[in-house]
Amino acid sequence: MTAYYSSILYGALLTVGVSLAALLVSVLLGLLGAGAKLSGNRPLVALATGYTTIIRGIPELVLMLLVFYGGSIGINHLLELSGTGATLDIDPFTAGVLTLGFIYGAYMTETFRGAILSIPRGQLEAAAAFGMRPVQTFLRITAPQMVRYALPGFTNNWLVLIKATALVSLIGLQEMTYLAKQASAATRSPFAFFLFTGSLFLIYTWVSLTVLRKLHGRYSLGAKRPEL
Amino acid sequence: MYGEGLLTTLGLLLSSLAVGGVLALVFALALTGRNKVLQRIVGAYTFVIRGTPLLIQVYMIYYGLAQLEWIQTRWDTVWPWIYFKDAFFCALLAFSLNTAGYTAEMLAGAIRETNAGEIESAQAFGMSRFQAMLHIVLPSAMRRTLPAYSNEVVMMLHSTSLASAVPAMLDLTAAASRIYSDFYLPFEAYLFAAAIYLCCTLPDRHFQAAGASFPGLSGAQDSQRPALG
Repeated sequence: MTAYYSSILYGALLTVGVSLAALLVSVLLGLLGAGAKLSGNRPLVALATGYTTIIRGIPELVLMLLVFYGGSIGINHLLELSGTGATLDIDPFTAGVLTLGFIYGAYMTETFRGAILSIPRGQLEAAAAFGMRPVQTFLRITAPQMVRYALPGFTNNWLVLIKATALVSLIGLQEMTYLAKQASAATRSPFAFFLFTGSLFLIYTWVSLTVLRKLHGRYSLGAKRPEL
Repeated sequence: MYGEGLLTTLGLLLSSLAVGGVLALVFALALTGRNKVLQRIVGAYTFVIRGTPLLIQVYMIYYGLAQLEWIQTRWDTVWPWIYFKDAFFCALLAFSLNTAGYTAEMLAGAIRETNAGEIESAQAFGMSRFQAMLHIVLPSAMRRTLPAYSNEVVMMLHSTSLASAVPAMLDLTAAASRIYSDFYLPFEAYLFAAAIYLCCTLPDRHFQAAGASFPGLSGAQDSQRPALG
């Protein structure tokens, strides 16, 4: 019994790993997507809009199955066509990270776009007046200020992402939900194991929430708060 | 097969939204009510529901509860418990409890943010607490919850794909999985399912655009409101 519990605890590490890696992918995609949406360049805007509309309209599970089963066949098909004879297996970890990152990249795009739009135009004009290049403007003016506006939406996305890692168990990644299911099948006491896994998720989300709230407070320093 | 799956998916969606909606209303009233104990209990409930993955909740109800002897001894004969043998019921229960948790918090937030003037004028008209809640606060809070709620509906549609994790259920995703395993056509199978899900969200986007002018939810006084746009 205790061995099962410790294996679930070990699976929790994998859950944390998958979620953090997926977060990294989704933040990168989100920044790129928000940049594309705000670029004013027609094809880029259309591409980013298509990305967010389609991804947000399809269930995570279906996308995950599509990437995991469909993606590996598709890639191997391409490799076959290229005639190198190489084959590539997408392992569940990579598939999970890429799919989750790809999905939440769409949500992050919308969050970041809104945050960037909330920054007063005057700030950007001032940066331009100082002769800053676009990259400089982003790093010195936009990025530090958008954090405050993006954090509430980011927190939501992150919590949903954590919970979505449970879905990766369905494509065979041995994270804690998978291990809990195995353990409950072996011992015929599912209630205890799912309760345990659920509590671990609860701890993870609660810790994230606390940290992000602190962070939000930190980035809101100096912001005027109107009082009723 | 897809048709059958789609029917299950939509059936699950609509019934869990209906059951979850009623629960959410009760929970939201408890969250904003005066009874501190009730407030704590419901607060803990929404915290747990919103903090754990839906998949775990589905497993908990479908596999977990079956372990308890208390239920096992009853589910062959005693009335409410016989339903726990039914996969559709288990999925429905999990989804309803889940959406109730999220919707209750949204609605409670809207109730708390009700404009003080609205409540004051209700009191000026001599309405009781119950009357003010029923005629003023709830209709206005519901209307303000609508945009967030339409997101929740889309989320719920996506969540119903988890029903495929319950072996006995044949929803849209399970149908696609079955076609994949029968014909080894993952792209076609899942892409088609994805397209159907996407089409299902289109009316909701429209609904979202209609926004606050959606009739039906706010009762009789809507007929006197000037049409928006």
